[in-house]
Amino acid sequence: MEKFNKLTAVAAPMPLVNIDTDMIIPKQYLKTIQRKGLGKNLFAEMRYNDDGTEVEDFVLNQPAYRNAEILVAGDNFGCGSSREHAPWALLDFGVRCVISTSFADIFHNNCFRNGILPIEVSPEDLSKLMEDAERGANATISIDLEAQEIRGPDGGVIHFEIDHFNKHCLLTGLDEIGLTMKKEDKVAEYEETRKMQQPWL
Amino acid sequence: MGTPRTLYDKIWDSHVVDQLEDEAYILYIDRHLVHEVTSPQAFEGLRVAGRKVRRPDATFAVADHNVPTKDIEKGITDPESKLQVDTLEANTAEFGIPYFSMTDDRRGIVHIIGPEQGLTLPGMTIVCGDSHTSTHGAFGSLAHGIGTSEVEHVLATQTLVQEKAKNMRVTVSGDLPPGVTAKDIALAIIGKIGTAGGTGHVIEYAGDAIRALSMEGRMTLCNMTIEAGARAGLIAPDETTFEYIKGRPYAPKAGTYEQAVAYWKTLNSDEGAYFDTEVELDASELIPYVTWGTSPEDALPITGSVPAPSDFADEGKRGAAERALKYMGLTAGMKLSDIEVDHVFIGSCTNGRIEDLRAVAKIVEGKKVKDTVNAIIVPGSGLVKIQAEDEGLDKIFEAAGFEWRQPGCSMCLAMNPDKLAPGDRCASTSNRNFEGRQGQGGRTHLVSPAMAAAAAVTGHLTDVRDLG
Repeated sequence: MEKFNKLTAVAAPMPLVNIDTDMIIPKQYLKTIQRKGLGKNLFAEMRYNDDGTEVEDFVLNQPAYRNAEILVAGDNFGCGSSREHAPWALLDFGVRCVISTSFADIFHNNCFRNGILPIEVSPEDLSKLMEDAERGANATISIDLEAQEIRGPDGGVIHFEIDHFNKHCLLTGLDEIGLTMKKEDKVAEYEETRKMQQPWL
Repeated sequence: MGTPRTLYDKIWDSHVVDQLEDEAYILYIDRHLVHEVTSPQAFEGLRVAGRKVRRPDATFAVADHNVPTKDIEKGITDPESKLQVDTLEANTAEFGIPYFSMTDDRRGIVHIIGPEQGLTLPGMTIVCGDSHTSTHGAFGSLAHGIGTSEVEHVLATQTLVQEKAKNMRVTVSGDLPPGVTAKDIALAIIGKIGTAGGTGHVIEYAGDAIRALSMEGRMTLCNMTIEAGARAGLIAPDETTFEYIKGRPYAPKAGTYEQAVAYWKTLNSDEGAYFDTEVELDASELIPYVTWGTSPEDALPITGSVPAPSDFADEGKRGAAERALKYMGLTAGMKLSDIEVDHVFIGSCTNGRIEDLRAVAKIVEGKKVKDTVNAIIVPGSGLVKIQAEDEGLDKIFEAAGFEWRQPGCSMCLAMNPDKLAPGDRCASTSNRNFEGRQGQGGRTHLVSPAMAAAAAVTGHLTDVRDLG
């Protein structure tokens, strides 16, 4: 997994609330057996017309936002299906950070397993960042994960919270499975005890 | 006596293997269910890292999302769907994981066959790369959806790195009136607390209306918990639960069964246990619900009208309502019961069980599906299909003009050939009315099986209580 530390990039505004994972990556693209290559299908049904041409006013089709690496989005981003294809599609498009007032739990977890930073901010800070994002390509936003800070184009700083473990995972690009496998003895010990207590399992 | 604990606290405590940091714990997973859509990249990850599946015996696989519901004997024609199902079959063979093939009578939607086979038991931790894993919480097991990276983590280690969620209790008191079902309770709750209302929580359902529900009804309610934003829903196990489990193929056998029941009886929230959030609902006041928009929280009683964006105080919700009305092709103020449908879908992990099919049969027996409506019924599993046919339900459905299909996820998410065309409008017993969920441009109204049956007969959303 790619590490995340600092990022300065264009932020695309998506003020819609409840952006679900079916919107982020529609089901017809879940038939892949790969992790890569989903960027072109990100937000497909909002982004393309039936004939495959681009929907002109969709934010990521506008020249200012084609290279956006940050999304500033409405409340409850990533609700619905558990499909990890959603963060895979974001990552493949180039998005490394999503800012919202809240995230659905499973999507939130999936982001951290893929080097994407989901940042939760207050409604006031979100509307400020939304305004910043609406200013287009000349107004970049900077993220500093170590310092837990978002810096707007006018120099204003917003502090954000993140739990230690997820922060550590992103900063180091940690192989979580490898970490757990180091605890093999404890898992084996747990299994032994359980076998005695609950033999039906 | 220690501090009073909730049911969630108890299951959590009994599965902690180790603490990594302040908030991060290694949690043991008792049962891992696997399907074809969210697992190929996980198995590939194992292969690349040279890792094995730690507990193939605690893992179980079936293909459900891509499976056609017609002429399954001829196989899958869509090459991508076929590759995904073939990949699951190859992976389960390579890693030694039990698997029900597409021609096995016991196959079906993973969340239907888990309970049906006795793979789902009280007090377990159960995960699957599918958000509707919350269904299994109906048995008093901690069950939730995970992403593919976590699928790989569970395959390799039989554990997950987790943070503990908050406790929410939803108490539903009183008796459900006739014509009102578990699906209506679910929609009423989501309508009340919103799709982000349960975020960060595990919801325990309590109260006499919950106790009175069958296991099928409890599964419907827990299934929809994810639509309220909570990853897991829980109902404390009781005699209804034990009775359902007894004798199922993977359930504890005589001898250990009694020992298991004695343990299962301890699985309830202690008197005075702390809940971060409490929600209350009076079942006796409920009437059948329908959704009008593109989020499950857009739920209203069938006697209501389509709202206007200006009805919402919140700016974000106003914007979403405007977009939803446009997408759904509806006008604010029109009566919900005037909305005409051209499709009816009955099935899914929410409402594809035998009790759901019986409810439909009761409504449609001796009636006809309106000639403008295309109506399909997709049983949740091969065994549900066989049971329904043994009871003669298929004859009732076919006489009424329904198509009686083979089991699978089908039009709930339209990954197989069953899908809506742009502009089609469907009364559906599934769980999500998101844009494009049942097919690009398709319009979904979520309802109970009885309400779907009523809509099939009249051709519009209908209060099932008005149907003689």
